[in-house]
Amino acid sequence: MNAAAAMMLRSVPAAVGLALFLGLAGVAEILLRFGVLNRFVVPPPSDIAASFGRLFAEEHLLTRFLATSQECLYAMVLLAIIGVAAGTALQQMPLLRRACETWIASLASAPIVLMYPLFLVIFGRSNATIIVMGVIAGLPPVILKTVEGLSGTRKVLLDVGRSFSLTRRQMFLKIMLPAALPTIFVGLRLGLIFSLINIVGVEFLINFGGLGQLINDLAERYDLPGMYATIVFVILVSVLFFLATERLERWVGRA
Amino acid sequence: MNAHTATHPHNRAVTLLRLILLASLLAAWEILAQSGWLYRDVVPSLLSIGCALASLLSSPDYYFHLSVTVLEIAGALAIGGTIGVLTGLVLGANPFAGRAIEPYIYYLGPTPKIIFFPIMIMWFGVGPGSKIAMGAVSCFFPIALSVAAGMRQIDPVLIRVGRSFRAQAWQMAWKIYLPAMRHPILNGVRLGLGIAIIGTLLAETKLSNRGIGHLIMRAYSVFDMPKMYALLIILFALAIGANAIVGRIGGLDTIRRS
Repeated sequence: MNAAAAMMLRSVPAAVGLALFLGLAGVAEILLRFGVLNRFVVPPPSDIAASFGRLFAEEHLLTRFLATSQECLYAMVLLAIIGVAAGTALQQMPLLRRACETWIASLASAPIVLMYPLFLVIFGRSNATIIVMGVIAGLPPVILKTVEGLSGTRKVLLDVGRSFSLTRRQMFLKIMLPAALPTIFVGLRLGLIFSLINIVGVEFLINFGGLGQLINDLAERYDLPGMYATIVFVILVSVLFFLATERLERWVGRA
Repeated sequence: MNAHTATHPHNRAVTLLRLILLASLLAAWEILAQSGWLYRDVVPSLLSIGCALASLLSSPDYYFHLSVTVLEIAGALAIGGTIGVLTGLVLGANPFAGRAIEPYIYYLGPTPKIIFFPIMIMWFGVGPGSKIAMGAVSCFFPIALSVAAGMRQIDPVLIRVGRSFRAQAWQMAWKIYLPAMRHPILNGVRLGLGIAIIGTLLAETKLSNRGIGHLIMRAYSVFDMPKMYALLIILFALAIGANAIVGRIGGLDTIRRS
């Protein structure tokens, strides 16, 4: 079998999935046209597709998208700095690590996002609340994976470092950190997913900022096609984001 | 954690350190509260939080709201979990369906589900129905993905053993698949439970007239900070406790297995 045929064969399931998705949209459209489904609950897919242009022109969808992306970027930078630093500190102090690691792990399963009214009081309805919520929600996996990565450095590598009689600092920067990078990136990716969820969620909940607020606005104005279209856009953003972190992880893993 | 490897005095040091950490955290909080460096209301004194906690736990009103929330979460987990497990089984058993449909679930997984809440209100009304739907949608994804992945990871040897004993379909399901799937299913349920709690409570904070989320927003709107802290403490304790119970049942120790 040649390469092109193999590729065709591999893309069959994806094509079926896409066809299924489009078919469902088509069925919904037909049912709505014949009045079987209530179009005040489910807007016709064609209306949703048509509302994108309006959203870009009137609701500044692009600016809002950029606002959300900017918040994500800030959260990501803070997440990387704080998380890796905290993870390193824990790894360097074994006693502290044994005392805190299970706490952090259970914090990862706690509904941190519910603390948002607290930050609403401290920072008000502002970008700060959104970014802080994103950072806090993403921290536990970054810290845990940093600790895991640093402690998982292969013994051979450490021995090489020792035989060159590296200082503790050199040992960390030249050997442990590079060896731990792939694991740290897994943690960052997990953390970023939590961050993104929380950032858009909090935007929606406190009615401030980018895409989340737009959904809230449109829902309150009962602009159903616009709301569904914006939701599609949020899904698109999170898919893009997810793909980007996957790519980043692969790139760092190779370097 | 590593109780079997650790020596006894070492363990005591860890416990001591934990106590010191907790005590210094509480002390720092109290100093911050008394000094008034931050707004007084943002960092209330421990005593007032304790009082709020006590009055909350002794009021029948609170138990009504708690029961509403717990029932909503249970309903969400039952609905979302059942659909999730069934979807996961189908996707895991059928490679073609898995490759056709699983990418959608995989990429929909990390989207913030709360944005679907306006739609849920439209479909299920402003009552508990929309909160249950919110929780069910939230917990469906991790459960479906975890079960599908678990289904594919079953050791083929086990299946061949079953076949060579000529096990019937129900025997295969009951004696081979289910025991082999216990970890992934329970792990999925544990992940799903956490996410169902978040989904349900967030929906309650957005729009509701009962439930713990509603109590939190009511405390926020009148700036009753001690009560808000008390509610958050209870909520965290319940969520971490529920998570630990499911983990204990499944014999899972830390989140690293997820």
